[in-house]
Amino acid sequence: MTDFFGIPFPVVFGQLLLGLVNGSFYAMLSLGLAIIFGLLGVVNFAHGAFYMLGAFAAWVGLDMLGINYWFALVLSPLAVGALGIALERLFLRHLYKLDPLYGLLLTFGLALIAEGLLREAFGSSGQSYPVPDLLQGATDVGFMVLPNYRFWVIVSSLVVCFTTWFVIERTSLGATLRAATENPKLVQAFGINVPIIVMLTYGAGVGLAALAGVLSAPIIQVSPLMGSSLVTVVFAVVVIGGMGSIMGSIVSGLALGVIEGFTKVLYPEASNIVVFVIMVLVLCWRPAGLFGKE
Amino acid sequence: MKYFSKTALGLALATLFVAPAAMAAANEVVIGDIDDLSGLYADVIGQGGIEAAKMAIVDFGGTVLGKKIVFLSADHQNKPDIGSSKFREWADQAGLNMLLGGSNTGVSIAMSKVAAEKKVPFIAIGAAGASLTNNDCTPYTVHYAYDTTALANGTASVMTKNGGKTWYFLTADYAFGTQLQDAATKVVVANGGKSVGAVRVPLAASDFSSFLLQAQGSKAQVLGLSNAGGDFINSLKAANEFGITKTMKPAALLAFISDIHSLGLKTAQGLYLTTGWYWDLNDQTRAFGKRYFDKMKKEPTMNQAAYYSATLTYLNAVKAAGTTDTVKVMEQLKKAKINDMFTKDGYIREDGVMVHDMYVMQVKTPDESKYPWDYYKIVKKMPGEEAFGPLSDSTCSFVKKK
Repeated sequence: MTDFFGIPFPVVFGQLLLGLVNGSFYAMLSLGLAIIFGLLGVVNFAHGAFYMLGAFAAWVGLDMLGINYWFALVLSPLAVGALGIALERLFLRHLYKLDPLYGLLLTFGLALIAEGLLREAFGSSGQSYPVPDLLQGATDVGFMVLPNYRFWVIVSSLVVCFTTWFVIERTSLGATLRAATENPKLVQAFGINVPIIVMLTYGAGVGLAALAGVLSAPIIQVSPLMGSSLVTVVFAVVVIGGMGSIMGSIVSGLALGVIEGFTKVLYPEASNIVVFVIMVLVLCWRPAGLFGKE
Repeated sequence: MKYFSKTALGLALATLFVAPAAMAAANEVVIGDIDDLSGLYADVIGQGGIEAAKMAIVDFGGTVLGKKIVFLSADHQNKPDIGSSKFREWADQAGLNMLLGGSNTGVSIAMSKVAAEKKVPFIAIGAAGASLTNNDCTPYTVHYAYDTTALANGTASVMTKNGGKTWYFLTADYAFGTQLQDAATKVVVANGGKSVGAVRVPLAASDFSSFLLQAQGSKAQVLGLSNAGGDFINSLKAANEFGITKTMKPAALLAFISDIHSLGLKTAQGLYLTTGWYWDLNDQTRAFGKRYFDKMKKEPTMNQAAYYSATLTYLNAVKAAGTTDTVKVMEQLKKAKINDMFTKDGYIREDGVMVHDMYVMQVKTPDESKYPWDYYKIVKKMPGEEAFGPLSDSTCSFVKKK
């Protein structure tokens, strides 16, 4: 047996790897969304815009300030996270008590504004961000030639995803976080400043999106449109994984990346809808998502 | 029943009298522009096209036949329904006299149906699909700048003659991509080559590596990129990253100077492409390039230059015909030669194709490029008839077969 559904094995492995690369981005982005929704109850439609801003911050840093890729990996999420915190303080916190729809509309509006401003400033064809010297070149892994940078994307995003999961699910900081969202009044009574925790959580979720943006900058053109084409897919990933489930978003992000990769070989025309077809099936079968509690 | 039909007749008569009166009252000549102003093609025409058309209106003097020239623009967001309903709205309510249709063949085909229905001249610039002057032709459609036939006759023919005999296509999955692929395949076969396969990629995909891996698996000599704008940029970028450009020669079936600028010469060098215009061709093109650059801080694409030329050509036709009447203006448009910074002795053929010289270009290496935006060297200048093919090939229904 040298093939899988009529696809030769080397191609299968190649597509599997590429699917994992794309899945890594889905996982990182849906993770941030899941944290923000799980802990704040906000449907953060600006997530794609923060991802795009992360990439732009890296590009501006390199092009105008001479900040290299490795510093950008740290600085860009910090800068964009700070912007997220400012927006949370200014606008978002007033909406926590209202229907989630208001938060969705607000963040959607903010995303459109951010995209419009950057398109006005930089155009839509985007900017090139070079692959850092250390990760230049490609390695022959037997069945395909994998650019070193793509390998780095898989490894680094897995590390980030599981660290985040560990912090939230297995540490006392995470326990406090979860308690603060479960019963804010009680946690406040213990002397913990809940509004600050909520604010920092939003900042962290936004920072994760920006980090994904920096990681993707050398792969695709840094353009104002890069977030909007991704954000709807990522929302579907979160719905499939279960709104608010940390592990669910990581696992379904990676899995959907792989499934999408195979669709690109078997029936390329359907590759941009396969995630949504799965979403419909999951919603019919398990409305709370694969890992959701209910 | 009798009562009803009388009322209906009365209403119909009333609209007959009211509608023309409303239009005549507006003592204006209205030019509209419906284009992708925010999506992946926004840099190809977009705001730059609006600026170029406005430059043409100013150069013309701002009025024609004593009427003020008014310019409208709208974003079709790459959705055919938005494009055609906006066109219909302007034709019904704003007294639209001519429409410039921007990027996206799918949208332009939908808008050409409205042009036929409302009898409004429609100049398609940026939509590449040659079906606009073949199966989808209308007496009011003019196809400016280039079409899929001309693009294929340029790039595909030069590359096949240079030894690229086997082709694999990466095709944007809609009317434009498939028409371009078909046209290129025809040219490749005619020159002794063959197409070994194609993959259809959804518009504005976020990752092209899976598709490129399939292309590489085909062992073809040439990678035919049958896409445009942001999709072209990202697919070429990924092809470089995966080392595919070392084993396959990429062919840019449709690339604009904005794409090359955005990719950088390091990635784009050596690429063959076909263009209808380039800012650095002669003194006249350089002069226009400079005027445009002063406003937009970048050199115009061939489509943006065509926006200027087409607007001026239309206004000249209105002036010569002495009226904005569609039939008379179309007659005049198809009669006069076009001589401006865009073309020498260009002419609009019976089926609506604006026939003019096209250029096969090769992108310079970083060393060859001596000044900003010095990106292309001319490989071949194709006379209009060679680029756009003979009129006898046209499948347009109203073209008289001789």
